[in-house]
Amino acid sequence: MEAGKFAVQDPAKRAMVLTALFIAQEQFGYLSPQAIARVAERLNMAPEDVYETATFYSMFRFKPVGRHVIQVCEGLSCHLAGGAERLVEYLQRTLGIGPGETTLDGMFTLQTVQCLASCGTSPTMRIDDTLYESLTTDKVDMILQALRGEG
Amino acid sequence: MFEPVLLKRASLPRSETIEVYMANGGYQALPKALEMKPAELIDLVKRSKLRGRGGAGFPTGLKWGFMTPENVTKYLCVNTDEGEPGTFKDRELVEKDPHQIIEGAIIAAYAVGAQRAFVYIRGEFFLGVKRWIKAIADAYARGFLGKNILGTSYSLDMSVHRGAGAYICGEETAMIESLEGKRGEPRLKPPYPAQIGYLRQPTLVHNVETLANVPHIVNRGAEWYASIGTEQSTGPKVFCVSGHVFRRGVYELPMGTPLHEIIYTHAGGVPGGKKVKAVIPGGASTPLLTGDELDVTMDFESLAAVGSALGTGAIIVMDEDTCIVDVARRTARFFAHESCGRCTPCRVGTQQAVRLLERIEAGEGDSRLIDQLVDLVDGMAGKTFCPMGDALVAALRGTFKFMEEFHAHVALKRCPLGLPYQEGAPIREKAPGASTHAAA
Repeated sequence: MEAGKFAVQDPAKRAMVLTALFIAQEQFGYLSPQAIARVAERLNMAPEDVYETATFYSMFRFKPVGRHVIQVCEGLSCHLAGGAERLVEYLQRTLGIGPGETTLDGMFTLQTVQCLASCGTSPTMRIDDTLYESLTTDKVDMILQALRGEG
Repeated sequence: MFEPVLLKRASLPRSETIEVYMANGGYQALPKALEMKPAELIDLVKRSKLRGRGGAGFPTGLKWGFMTPENVTKYLCVNTDEGEPGTFKDRELVEKDPHQIIEGAIIAAYAVGAQRAFVYIRGEFFLGVKRWIKAIADAYARGFLGKNILGTSYSLDMSVHRGAGAYICGEETAMIESLEGKRGEPRLKPPYPAQIGYLRQPTLVHNVETLANVPHIVNRGAEWYASIGTEQSTGPKVFCVSGHVFRRGVYELPMGTPLHEIIYTHAGGVPGGKKVKAVIPGGASTPLLTGDELDVTMDFESLAAVGSALGTGAIIVMDEDTCIVDVARRTARFFAHESCGRCTPCRVGTQQAVRLLERIEAGEGDSRLIDQLVDLVDGMAGKTFCPMGDALVAALRGTFKFMEEFHAHVALKRCPLGLPYQEGAPIREKAPGASTHAAA
C-alpha cells in the first residue's frame, strides 16, 4: 500500500474517523497508541492526524478507566436546582474516590461534567450509556448495587 | 389555551414509533411537498416567516434561497448537537417524535435539492442516537427515504453521525469540520455553508426544532403559521424552564409569550415564595435579565430590544438567594472548558475570566480584580474567531447588571449572601493542542 500513502486522502473516508475511534475505544477500553495506529491504518491516515483529531473530543480517553464511568452533571441549572454538589459528595463518600479517580477494584470512575441536557430533572448522572434523572441517595445506592451485582 | 403543535404527539405512548406518528397525522406533508416545485416550497416557508430555532434566528426561507447552485452535490445537516446549558428541548423532540424532524428534513432537502442528509447528534445522547437510527430505518422501509421517494424522481439518503463531546460542534462550520472527520474548529464566515460547506459543497444546516416546524407549515399553510406568535417571530416555540421554579420542564407556547407568564403560570412560580432575582432567557450565552424585566415577551425582537436574546429559549430562573458572582464563575467555567483553543482571545480570555471570578467569589483581593475582569471582557469583545468567545462576553456583561454584588464580595472578603465558596473541580491542564474535559 506504499502508493496509497502518498495518494490524496479520500475526504469521505476520513469522515469515518470519529465512528472508528468510538469502535476502537469500545474494543480496547481506551485509545491506546496501538488503537490509534489501528484506526490510522484502516482509514489511510497518519497516526498523528488521528491523534490530533481524537484529542479534540472529550468523549475519547487515552488512559484506562474503571468498568463503569459515572458522570455527574454540575451545570448551572443542576447547581441551582440543588443537589448536584450533594450528589457528587455522596458518590465521593460511597465510592471513596474524588472526581477523576477510579476505585481500587477498577469498578467505577467518577467524573463531573457540564450540561447533560436534563436540566428539568436534576440531579442527574450518566453511567456508561444510561442517563439517570431526578436522583436521590436511595436511587443511587440501588443503581450502584445493581452494577456491582452484574460485575 | 394554546394547542401544542410540535409536542402534540410527545405525550402519546410509543410516540417515537413510525406507527404512532402516521396514525396521528405524520407523513402527510411529504407527498404534498413533493408535488410542489422547490421554489414554491421556499416561497411557502418564506411567507410563514419561520426563523431558526438553534439560537441565531435566521429566516429559514431565506437560508433555503441561498442554496441556489444547480447540478452540484448539496447536503443537509440536521443539528442535534444540543449543548447550550439550560437547553433540553432538542433531546425531547428527538427522543419523543423523531419522525416529525425526519419529515421536515426530507422536505427541506427536496426544496434545496440536497441528495444527502446527515444527522449530527451529540455523542452523549445515547438514547437519541438509538431513536434516530431506528426512525431512519423505518422511514427507509416505508419509502420515505432512499431512491425515488414515494414514486417520484426525488431521492435522498440520510445517516446518523455521532459527535464526541465538543460544545463548539453545535456551531455550523465547526459541525461541518467534525463531519469531515477533523477537529471541530470553526471556519471563518463568509463563505457561509450554503456556499461552501461539507466537502466544499453547498450545505444547509438546521436545528432539529426548526425542521420539526416544516411539516406543519406544509400541512396547514403559511398564513396559519404566521398567525401564531408576533409579527416578526412567528410560530410555536419550545421553551425549557429550569432553575428555581416549581415545575421545571419543556413548555410549547406561542412566540411572544410573556416571560412572567412562563415562570408563574406554566412553571408554577418560585418555591418558598421567593422573589426572582435574575433570569437567563435563552441559554447560558444570553445576557441575564433582572427580576424587574419579567414583562418582556419571549420573541427575537423583544429580547434584542432589552439587550439580550431569545437564544435557544432556555429559561434559567434564579431566586433572591442566588449569588450572581457564582453564576458568572460557573458560566465562565463552562466556556473555558469548551473553548476549542483555536484563537487566543477565547482560549486565554475564558480561562483568565475563571481565575478572576474564582478569586472574587472567594473574597480575595480588592476592587482591582473587578476592573481587570471588566477590562478582560472588553478586550475579548468582538475579537474572537467565532461567536463562542462573544457568548461569554455577553453572559458576563449580563451579570455586571449586579456590579454592586461583585464589589460587596471584595469589600466583605466573602460572599455577601453567606454562601460558602465551593471549589469546583479544577479545569484539567491542557496538553498542548488537547481539549479539556472529562474530569473538569
